[in-house]
Amino acid sequence: MIARPTLLSLQILVAVVLIGIWYIGSSVPIFGTYFLPKFFFSTPQDVFWRIVKMFSGTTIWKHIGITLTETMLAFVIGSVGGVVFGFWFARKPLVAAVFDPYIKMANALPRVVLAPIFMLWLGLGIWSKVALGVTLVFFIVFFNVYQGVKEVSPVVLANARMLGLNERQLFRHVYWPSALSWMFSSLHTSVGFALVGAVVGEYLGAAAGLGYLIHEAEGVFDVTGVFAGMSILAAFVLIVDAVVTQIEKALLVWRPEATQKN
Amino acid sequence: MAAGAVSLDRVTIAYPNGYEAVTAADLAVGEGEFVSLVGPTGCGKSTLLNAAAGLIAPAAGEVRIFGAPLQGLNRQAGYLFQQDALMPWKNAADNVAIGLEAAGVPRKDALDRAHVWLTRVGLKNFGDRYPHQLSGGQKKRVAMAQMLIRDPKILLMDEPFGPLDAQTRQIMGNLLLDLWAADRKALIFVTHDLEEAIALSDRVIIMSSGPKARIIGDHRIDLPRPRNALDIRLDPRFHEIQQSIWAQLRAEVIKAYGDAA
Repeated sequence: MIARPTLLSLQILVAVVLIGIWYIGSSVPIFGTYFLPKFFFSTPQDVFWRIVKMFSGTTIWKHIGITLTETMLAFVIGSVGGVVFGFWFARKPLVAAVFDPYIKMANALPRVVLAPIFMLWLGLGIWSKVALGVTLVFFIVFFNVYQGVKEVSPVVLANARMLGLNERQLFRHVYWPSALSWMFSSLHTSVGFALVGAVVGEYLGAAAGLGYLIHEAEGVFDVTGVFAGMSILAAFVLIVDAVVTQIEKALLVWRPEATQKN
Repeated sequence: MAAGAVSLDRVTIAYPNGYEAVTAADLAVGEGEFVSLVGPTGCGKSTLLNAAAGLIAPAAGEVRIFGAPLQGLNRQAGYLFQQDALMPWKNAADNVAIGLEAAGVPRKDALDRAHVWLTRVGLKNFGDRYPHQLSGGQKKRVAMAQMLIRDPKILLMDEPFGPLDAQTRQIMGNLLLDLWAADRKALIFVTHDLEEAIALSDRVIIMSSGPKARIIGDHRIDLPRPRNALDIRLDPRFHEIQQSIWAQLRAEVIKAYGDAA
């Protein structure tokens, strides 16, 4: 294990080197030419000042708020749907067998192609983005919950039966916690996909949100704006991920892995 | 013998693929009797135990519990599994309390009684530990408390101490003897360890090697009680019994390994 300060300084070093190369390439002429012309690559300092400028106004918060709302809605709706259907399919093998090819088909479909249809159905507001996110989140949660219910240890199940638990109690004390633990193990992925759904949806047609900001800047070849939007998006993802990690730690105290990380 | 807590009447157990694990087994376990089932690996002793628990239905023959034919799960029995059977998402106290909660006992009362049982199995301050934070022996203690808190009339144990190291096994054997002696219940104990069986039991049943395993021996152990599972092994009588049973078991063990090889 590397010591934390060492690791942190190495991580910072990577950023410094990358930004350094970017800076030299875009701002310091070598033999009279720029390796990374400003028009295509902007410069680190321009992007930085653009971000500062964006945050000095209030509109950026509106965009972040919209993207966050879409992400949360997509995550919640997709998760609830995934849990319900995951349970249903796992407990009813006939249903699972009948729908199996359709589930596989739907899951294999690149969801981006659905975005225009959602826009047609649900308009340019947040709901078409939420719908796109839901189609992504649903399958991740669905497969995990399905697996979680299917893979409940037969010994734990037999033991619970011998201890006198009825079907309803088995659901509450055995199937449900097992499925939840699988769902939470995919929490990072599903939150990430909810965000992807929101941003891609905004990118393809919207009037607000981080994806819209990036798309708008691209439309006028404003590379600085694109990079600024991407940086804000990246920071946003890191914060969401950190929050998810905290939630995970609190909910999965009983898991050996969760404890070792502490 | 009295009415008998568990009686197996010509019980045959076959799997759907046609494999016949146990053939026409007769076994009667009286109330308060500690009976061990011993046999070579794969002889179907756990299968027979599962039939008594109602986890497997026999292909032929009948299982009777206190005289009544068994249908579905055996509600009067507690079962101690070889593998970890605790719910990993519940701490020790919740795991012990679950059987009472399922029976409708209010949660607070159930937890109070769970703590009493944890104390009884020597885990007084371990109530808030999760299974992965417990050692193998500690998990077995929790599982014993989990089973006994419901006060089942019959105890079924499937090589419960199999995964434990030698010393822990003997300590657990003593704990089991103490708990059992407190309110003698009918107990069927499956093991492949003859010494363990003799040290603990009133009767040792020998099974032949599978498939189509049969009960081939029924030995009464006349060692005095209360026993100490560690010290009893030094008793000369223990060795006499061991030698006489081993002669029979040895042939079956060789047969089982011969078939496997």
